[in-house]
Amino acid sequence: MRPFTYERPTDAASAVALLGDAGPAARYLGGGTNLVDLMKLGVESPDVLVDVTRLPHDRIEELDGGGLRIGAAVRNSDLAADRRVREAYPVLAQSVLAGASGQLRNMATVGGNLLQRTRCAYFTDVTKACNKREGGTGCPARAGHHRNHAILGHSEACVATHPSDMAVALAALGATVHVEGHDGPRTIPMPGLHRLPGDEPQRDTELRPGELVTAVELPALELARRSAYRKVRERASFAFALVSVAAALDVRDGVVEDCRIALGAVAHVPWRALRTEEALRGRPATEAAFGEAADAELAAADPLPENAFKVPLARRVIVRTLEELSR
Amino acid sequence: MPDFTLSLTINGAAHDLTLDTRTTLLDLLREHLGLTGAKKGCDHGQCGSCTVLLDGRRIKSCLALAVAHDGAEVTSIEGLADGDAMHPIQAAFIEHDAFQCGYCTPGQILSAVAMLDEAREGWPSFATADLQAEPALDEREIRERMSGNLCRCGAYANIVPAIHDAATR
Repeated sequence: MRPFTYERPTDAASAVALLGDAGPAARYLGGGTNLVDLMKLGVESPDVLVDVTRLPHDRIEELDGGGLRIGAAVRNSDLAADRRVREAYPVLAQSVLAGASGQLRNMATVGGNLLQRTRCAYFTDVTKACNKREGGTGCPARAGHHRNHAILGHSEACVATHPSDMAVALAALGATVHVEGHDGPRTIPMPGLHRLPGDEPQRDTELRPGELVTAVELPALELARRSAYRKVRERASFAFALVSVAAALDVRDGVVEDCRIALGAVAHVPWRALRTEEALRGRPATEAAFGEAADAELAAADPLPENAFKVPLARRVIVRTLEELSR
Repeated sequence: MPDFTLSLTINGAAHDLTLDTRTTLLDLLREHLGLTGAKKGCDHGQCGSCTVLLDGRRIKSCLALAVAHDGAEVTSIEGLADGDAMHPIQAAFIEHDAFQCGYCTPGQILSAVAMLDEAREGWPSFATADLQAEPALDEREIRERMSGNLCRCGAYANIVPAIHDAATR
């Protein structure tokens, strides 16, 4: 691991200034569960780490008019255990609990969870080419191992998926990400934080250089009280998703009044399924309608040879999740 | 090498340390302090054999940079017993023969200690059907909550009952 200096600011402005002064090889450090691992692998080699876990971003606060503001340094385990989150946004608590392990959730922060990197095996292996790690070197996944790669929104340059479970729930809920940068604070609505790979897969997000995630705000959203996260993976626990679904559903007199649906592990971003949502509103809450609505989104799927199974799997997981929520 | 000066309380003893910033808590324990109970299995946060308690919470010490935890209290397996009196989880592991080679055992035990505290605090898991209810630690819950600790010998059949037994005592 390359030597680095360590900074521990206590306010966001100092953190942003420290990172800016340090240059492009500096990184913010949250829980370290992804970054420290990538440093061991040689994928990341920062010369300065700016620790942002001691900034005053470690609280979950109620917003005037409903909703919650979750500090970016809140640990994943504290987010999932929060009574207000469990009651008003069960999909968010479940998505966090579906990710990683008890030890890692105690370390990982909300900001770090959003900004974790893909687990594509070519990205994490510095002996292999990877357009995301080093632009222009090529993508061996497309002709190689891509069983767990994207079926939606991928490009010639990159077929990787975003690994976060939490981000899928935040995309479904339409959360707002608060960031602080050299030009002051701004907000980014989910799922707009992450970007499709296009011809620039090195950029996972729309963050500008040096910007720091400070908080995530959840809107007041009554239908989120009836919401769930469903995750399919190759072992029962402590594994990344093959497909996951975050959904909230409001059914009245057998008809879908409103819904929010996002898919995980199918794209470079947490994938908000707007076509499914549109196809469902005003329709009867039946298995047939759920399936047709899933098809409306998945018609755009462009699977690779090894991951074509994800298309029918995503359909089934969407239908099953909606069926359960409509009971 | 960039060094950093920090203070840690490890198994109740205060330590003032000057470390290369790259030093993980795991390497600090094993290589600097001679506490080899925490194991370096995968060194990537996947196996759980390096699990220690950091301010009472279980973490993977292989992914924790020591400099980032200045002022913290660390408990490793060497600090769990009360003198010669074993911690109830340690006793339950012996009673249930909950290990074979023993390599993952310090991590399993510390993880279980903290997991039971989490459950007592009412934390749900992904196996908890009702997020509002107090979790009941049945086999499914224990397996889900302990999934961050792997056992290559496959001693889960005895690890799970050991933890269940300790939880219900």
